[in-house]
Amino acid sequence: MTAMDRIAAVTRPLLQVDGLTKRYGARIGCADVTFDLWPGEVLGIVGESGSGKSTLLSCLAGHQRADLGRILYDGRDVLAMGETERRGLGRTDWAFVHQNPRDGLRMGVTAGGNVGERLMAVGARHYGQIRDKATDWLDRVEIAADRIDDRPSAFSGGMQQRLQIARNLVSSPRLVFMDEPTGGLDVSVQARLLDLLRGLVRDLGLSVVIVTHDLAVVRLLAHRLMVMKSGRVVEQGLTDQVLDDPQHAYTQLLVSSVLQV
Amino acid sequence: MTDQAYNFAYLDEQTKRMIRRALLKAIAVPGYQVPFASREMPMPYGWGTGGVQVTAACLTPEDRLKVIDQGADDTTNAVSIRKFFQRTAGVATTEHTPDATVIQTRHRIPETALKAGQILVYQVPIPEPLRFLEPRESETRKMHELEDYGLMHVKLYEDIARHGTIATAYAYPVKVEGRYVMDPSPIPKFDNPKLSGNAAIQLFGAGREQRIYALPPWTEAVSLDFDDHPFQPSKAPHDCDLCGAADSYLDELITDDLGGRMFVCSDTDFCAGRRAAGHIGRLGAAEPEVVP
Ligand SMILES: Nc1ncnc2c1ncn2[C@@H]1O[C@H](COP(=O)(O)OP(=O)(O)O)[C@@H](O)[C@H]1O
Ligand SMILES: [Mg+2]
Repeated sequence: MTAMDRIAAVTRPLLQVDGLTKRYGARIGCADVTFDLWPGEVLGIVGESGSGKSTLLSCLAGHQRADLGRILYDGRDVLAMGETERRGLGRTDWAFVHQNPRDGLRMGVTAGGNVGERLMAVGARHYGQIRDKATDWLDRVEIAADRIDDRPSAFSGGMQQRLQIARNLVSSPRLVFMDEPTGGLDVSVQARLLDLLRGLVRDLGLSVVIVTHDLAVVRLLAHRLMVMKSGRVVEQGLTDQVLDDPQHAYTQLLVSSVLQV
Repeated sequence: MTDQAYNFAYLDEQTKRMIRRALLKAIAVPGYQVPFASREMPMPYGWGTGGVQVTAACLTPEDRLKVIDQGADDTTNAVSIRKFFQRTAGVATTEHTPDATVIQTRHRIPETALKAGQILVYQVPIPEPLRFLEPRESETRKMHELEDYGLMHVKLYEDIARHGTIATAYAYPVKVEGRYVMDPSPIPKFDNPKLSGNAAIQLFGAGREQRIYALPPWTEAVSLDFDDHPFQPSKAPHDCDLCGAADSYLDELITDDLGGRMFVCSDTDFCAGRRAAGHIGRLGAAEPEVVP
């Protein structure tokens, strides 16, 4: 890295999104979404069901192809990349935590194999080292080391979600996408998972785009907030600002809990 | 005694040309699975219709054919495929590996080193090495295209986690010339080293799954493993009880109902050759009638 590159690295957003649009036939998935995400920043996306949060996230992560707009990751044009390069990012720099752990885990593979997969995908070939790293990550997400050879189907919902997080973070990604990571869980389990996530995000300096319909989640995790309605961003700003002094009428409804989201 | 109701080697020329095109493509891209339009053959799928079609497309009237099943020339499967080509192509046959120009095999590579000019045709039940990990064909194709093979090592990791060692004993995956991961068909992993750098042309035919792939002569095929759990081509820790060979793959035979057993070469031609040359194993002289 030259001195110029290093300056660019800190003076440039990690993710630059401009005019991103995705339609399902005549229906709008998300439309004209524009934002920057800076290194170490957590961006929350809130909005009622059907407002386009998941569509936006899957377009950002390359799971779906956007119809219009531009995505720059670390200055690289993601939509212009070949699939090899994009998949390469998907297993090194990026991670994706699904709402349903079954979508993000291999249910027939042991916890250790699930955590080790990304390491093996980028060339780890030492069984002992892969296992040590998996053990370390299970510990970091509060799963006992003696569960390493159990399959996720033997785990509770909260444990499965923590396993999915370990599986994603083991390869030290820089950018993590999360779609309702606390969604299907009991309230007490949600609180514990949120604490864990907050600690990991802070310790690892992760950049995160997190989708949720739960304002308590963004209040705890997100530095900045984007409010979506009918596929469009109606308001964005610092989390506390948006939640404490909402400008858009829809955000005011969201915050006052008048809307059942 | 060629049966004149059929074209040479049963398949019509059009079909053979189509299969040969697939074979040429497979040889040009070692380890890559080439789709082909598999034909109905007058035998059930489990009998190696993929291998039979590849053999039919390769045979010329001058060829000498050997057919083995688990190393043996005299099992029902081997005998009926041999007879099929005797009848439909009128080619000469042999059980002697060095004399054969084309060898069709199920589940073994002959012990006797193959030479340039020979063709080894494998019968393949499941050509896709990623199938048990990823059932979606669209996804496995993508994984081959993008060389996205981390999942193969997950399978080996799971083996070690469960059994303490890589328990995969058959159809042990190899990486071909540093590019495609390939299923060598259910040969014992003992045979894997013979896949690599072989002088013969190795052709793989899967009938039901309609795939052909190949290893041209002298192609590198590396068995996947971990640095701290290296690949080991294993066999029963015995010598052949008939010919005394210490380095050939053995079958275990139960000889009586009192727990008596013996270990014999699975390659019957190799074993017979050694005995003819005067090598005698532990039971070789006493019970010659137990030859499998
Ligand atoms: N695969 C799809 N096909 C057609 N329409 C879809 C599809 N996925 C989402 N939509 C529509 O796009 C809009 C946004 O949906 P989604 O992104 O799932 O919202 P959210 O995650 O905020 O609930 C909705 O109108 C939804 O019905
Ligand atoms: Mg959603």
